[in-house]
Amino acid sequence: MIYLDNAATSWPKPPEVLKAMVDVLQHAGGNPGRSGHRLSIEAARVIYNAREDIARFFNIGDPSRVIFTSNATHAINLVLQGLLKPGDRVVTSSIEHNAVMRPLRSLEKQGLILHTVPCAPDGMLDMRSIAAAIDSHTRLVVLIHASNVMGTMLPVAEVAHLAHHAGALLLVDAAQTAGAVPIDMKAGRIDFLAFTGHKGLQGPPGIGGLVIGDHVDTSQVEPLMRGGTGSQSELELQPESLPDKFESGTPNIAGIAGLHAGIRWLMDRGIHIIREHELELTRNLINGLSSMPGIKVYGTSDLERRTAIISFTANNKEVSEIGLKLDDDYGILVRVGLHCAPAAHRTIGTFPGGTVRLAPGAFTTMDDVNKTIWAIEQIIAS
Amino acid sequence: MTEYGVILFYTTSSAMRAEKLLVAEGCSVKLIPVPRHLSSDCGVALRFNWQQQEKVKSVLDQAQVEVDAIHQL
Repeated sequence: MIYLDNAATSWPKPPEVLKAMVDVLQHAGGNPGRSGHRLSIEAARVIYNAREDIARFFNIGDPSRVIFTSNATHAINLVLQGLLKPGDRVVTSSIEHNAVMRPLRSLEKQGLILHTVPCAPDGMLDMRSIAAAIDSHTRLVVLIHASNVMGTMLPVAEVAHLAHHAGALLLVDAAQTAGAVPIDMKAGRIDFLAFTGHKGLQGPPGIGGLVIGDHVDTSQVEPLMRGGTGSQSELELQPESLPDKFESGTPNIAGIAGLHAGIRWLMDRGIHIIREHELELTRNLINGLSSMPGIKVYGTSDLERRTAIISFTANNKEVSEIGLKLDDDYGILVRVGLHCAPAAHRTIGTFPGGTVRLAPGAFTTMDDVNKTIWAIEQIIAS
Repeated sequence: MTEYGVILFYTTSSAMRAEKLLVAEGCSVKLIPVPRHLSSDCGVALRFNWQQQEKVKSVLDQAQVEVDAIHQL
């Protein structure tokens, strides 16, 4: 079996991740911080240590600004629903995932003013268009860091500069980039970073987070949920202190431990080394596919501005047929269709048919890539 | 008999951070349930050796750990 669906969820997971999840349930199984006995305290330590390493990984100073969520969608909703009010102006791109577009469209019905800046068919963002769209009434700019459809990366640091100049904040959807490319929130001046644990960060599904820049005033953000935090229990009002303000209810401690182990695994191996490996695989897949008649490959040709995602269509086969044949006849697992991002497919001209998406990962080999190119050649020739 | 002090925090996260910082500075500390007579909070507090109170306060001050209150037990 060849697994090329790492953009949906990375697989396999490093053994260290599985071990950390089992260990924490066996040895630190209390409810973190709630009860004050040794197992409760040990669970709280596990969570705090993860918070500290995540803060370091994305380069913010204060670990209490790492808010654990279920996934990137949850983190994005926390900012969009917690910060925005009717009448606020929001600028976003035309290649966003539905994790961003659905909450924004819903808020638009309640009076939000939404401005979508079109990207080029290869996904690249025109800096002049976005500069013109961000004005002094703009409350928030929301950008996907890299497209989950064609892998093109958006220039978030440049947009952060434009947003701050206009007095707006920047939310970056790093679902595809966290763990895949180095992210420095301080250098990139990112205000809110939404990430998920189960993709590039090598962790399990069901854990993600929102990282809030050190300078961001969190009193302007309302929590998505309110409830027990194990702290300030005498109050029936939600505390303002971080991270508790945004973290009600018993957290996913096994998920947090697995995510932490995944990040440590990445740090040990070196994120640059994994990125080089993935780019090499991407380059070969693009070259192999581009040489086939009737195949169109999407996304920018500038590899430095890409993640390891290769989307393509064939002029003689539907994407669903290619996906099924790859799975049934060759044991190659890919994702076909719209990838929860209809706006991105409209931008690249593949709506509603969609694309075949190949997403190699840290464990994919060059042999896997060569076998995949060969299999696709057979399928389109048949 | 050892005299203890106890530090109350607004969040469990701050208590964990304080424990880590103080242990690294060689202070003798222990996380305990918040004493009922000090607060009705259900979380954890950090007990320390009262003789080390100056050092404890300066470590937490320097790292800007948010503290609710410090009591002598």
